[in-house]
Amino acid sequence: MYAQMVKSEGMKSADEMSPEERAFQERIDRNEKIEPKEWMPEGYRKTLIRQIGQHAHSEIVGQLPEGNWITRAPTLERKAILLAKVQDEAGHGLYLYSAAETLGVSRDELFEKLHSGAMKYSSIFNYPTLTWADMGAVGWLVDGAAIMNQVPLQRTSYGPYSRAMIRICKEESFHQRQGYAIMMKMAEGTPEQKEMAQDALNRFWYPALMMFGPSDKDSVHSAQSMAWKIKMNTNDELRQKFVDETVPQAEYLGLTVPDETLRWNDERGHYDFAEPDWEEFFEVIKGNGPCNRERLEARRTAWDNGQWFRDGLSAYADKSAARRRAATVAAE
Amino acid sequence: MPSLPDMTTPDVVALAESAAAAQSHDPHVQDVDLKPAFFDWLCRMGDNTLILGHRISEWCGHGPALEEDIALANTALDLIGHTQMWLGLAAEVQSEGRTADDLAFLRDAMKFRNLQLAELPNGDMAVTLMREFLFDAWHFHMLTALTRSASPRVAEIAAKALKEVSYHLERSSDLVVRLGDGTQESHARMQEALDRLWPYSGEMFVADAVDDAVANAGIAPVLADLQPAWQQTVEEVLAEATLTRPEGRADVHRGGKQGRHTEHLGYILAQMQFLQRAYPGASW
Ligand SMILES: [Fe+2]
Ligand SMILES: [Fe+2]
Ligand SMILES: [Fe+2]
Repeated sequence: MYAQMVKSEGMKSADEMSPEERAFQERIDRNEKIEPKEWMPEGYRKTLIRQIGQHAHSEIVGQLPEGNWITRAPTLERKAILLAKVQDEAGHGLYLYSAAETLGVSRDELFEKLHSGAMKYSSIFNYPTLTWADMGAVGWLVDGAAIMNQVPLQRTSYGPYSRAMIRICKEESFHQRQGYAIMMKMAEGTPEQKEMAQDALNRFWYPALMMFGPSDKDSVHSAQSMAWKIKMNTNDELRQKFVDETVPQAEYLGLTVPDETLRWNDERGHYDFAEPDWEEFFEVIKGNGPCNRERLEARRTAWDNGQWFRDGLSAYADKSAARRRAATVAAE
Repeated sequence: MPSLPDMTTPDVVALAESAAAAQSHDPHVQDVDLKPAFFDWLCRMGDNTLILGHRISEWCGHGPALEEDIALANTALDLIGHTQMWLGLAAEVQSEGRTADDLAFLRDAMKFRNLQLAELPNGDMAVTLMREFLFDAWHFHMLTALTRSASPRVAEIAAKALKEVSYHLERSSDLVVRLGDGTQESHARMQEALDRLWPYSGEMFVADAVDDAVANAGIAPVLADLQPAWQQTVEEVLAEATLTRPEGRADVHRGGKQGRHTEHLGYILAQMQFLQRAYPGASW
């Protein structure tokens, strides 16, 4: 999940709602899509901007840990696949910023908030990618966890967000597959490769579980977002689903999930598993993860160094518009 | 989430590639006399795209705008795709049981045949774009000529690559014009980039015995014949960009094609080849 702890506006009961709000909620309950020009409660708009913005930021910051290995990819084919994948993530950022723009916030404003630290991105991208096996683990687990969350979001109530999710989900399953393919190669490879694969799983397992956000009992913003169909499942539901699907995949690879308490629970029909270290999670969210500073610095530097480039392009656009106007006047 | 059987499907890309390779018969590929020059020349084509693709891929996640980031990654991706085709054919011509990957990841700098222009550090976006433009203009005219190659295999690769490279040239020309004629600062940066790169651009047209041999075999054009078309493309774009073509010699820095490189290539290879060197024989 790329949106964690998105602050939502307080939940209102049907009696507290204005007639407009009630009609709006009824539309959502009927699974109608809300489109940009239509009336919506201010809280709905604000919550969506936070969530879509955070999701968009996660896509572009998410380019960095994987971009880290493009120049070191071990074969031409792996290099091409990884490049295509990271390029897709930038594309996802683009769709999502566009979806956010329909709510009246510009991409530049959202960037500004990312750079100042006012907006967050997913905690997962603050972890380093240390070996090639991490390209496998990220695709398999991180894109895997993202899919868990994004597939239901295809049915979200806000039209542009839902449509962005539909496009994105198509690509995410390719991402997960390429990650798993890397893991398979590594897990069946030399002892060193297998060691790297296990180490990558050890490092990414709990951070991947954190992607779904805090436990439901500590998740204060869920109810309203779920009523608005901005959030489709609870954090714990999705985390459980992820564990249930991922554990057999790890077994197939011959790798060990780093959780001694992990057990199939026949009664529940689910795996029992250990919670991640939530203290670590809150520290990472606060900015104290292993790579927070580097990630944010990389984004800021790219933006600052690109100022002259963006200015150059807009100056040219202004000039050519002026030239076109002058030409029209001259022709008249 | 894909199911397990879905994830364990064998690699269809490799199957498709070998099927495609078997498609067209080409006597040049088995020509023993031609082999050393043909192999070398194919490495030049593939190393240019590999090394330039590597440089451009360094921008991934660090571009000045999201659209530009995507376009740069896309260009790098195209160039890596061309590399697979050129070095794949090179390995076939060499017929020593090596693969495109062996050529890319297990040769040292002395054996690399790319232009020095391709390996220069990215600098700012002005240097990156100007380098792309000067190369794209050559690449475009080169590939256009190669679509008429006497070697069907070469012509086939050229035709595939030309579609993408036509777009590369369109994009880099457009950006050179817009930034050249943008702000004072963007103009100054583009002019500086041009002045810096110009002395590396001439290497593209300096033919040696390898170029002569493939030209005589009808595989590739005479390099000097490409020069006027390149010059025209470059001058038109520079004029529109309000940039000044440098007065000095364009062929000051040469040797990449013969394996004499700048200091920069060694670092590129150290990075690019790390895994193949550190874990010999592993499969990825
Ligand atoms: Fe994505
Ligand atoms: Fe993603
Ligand atoms: Fe992805």
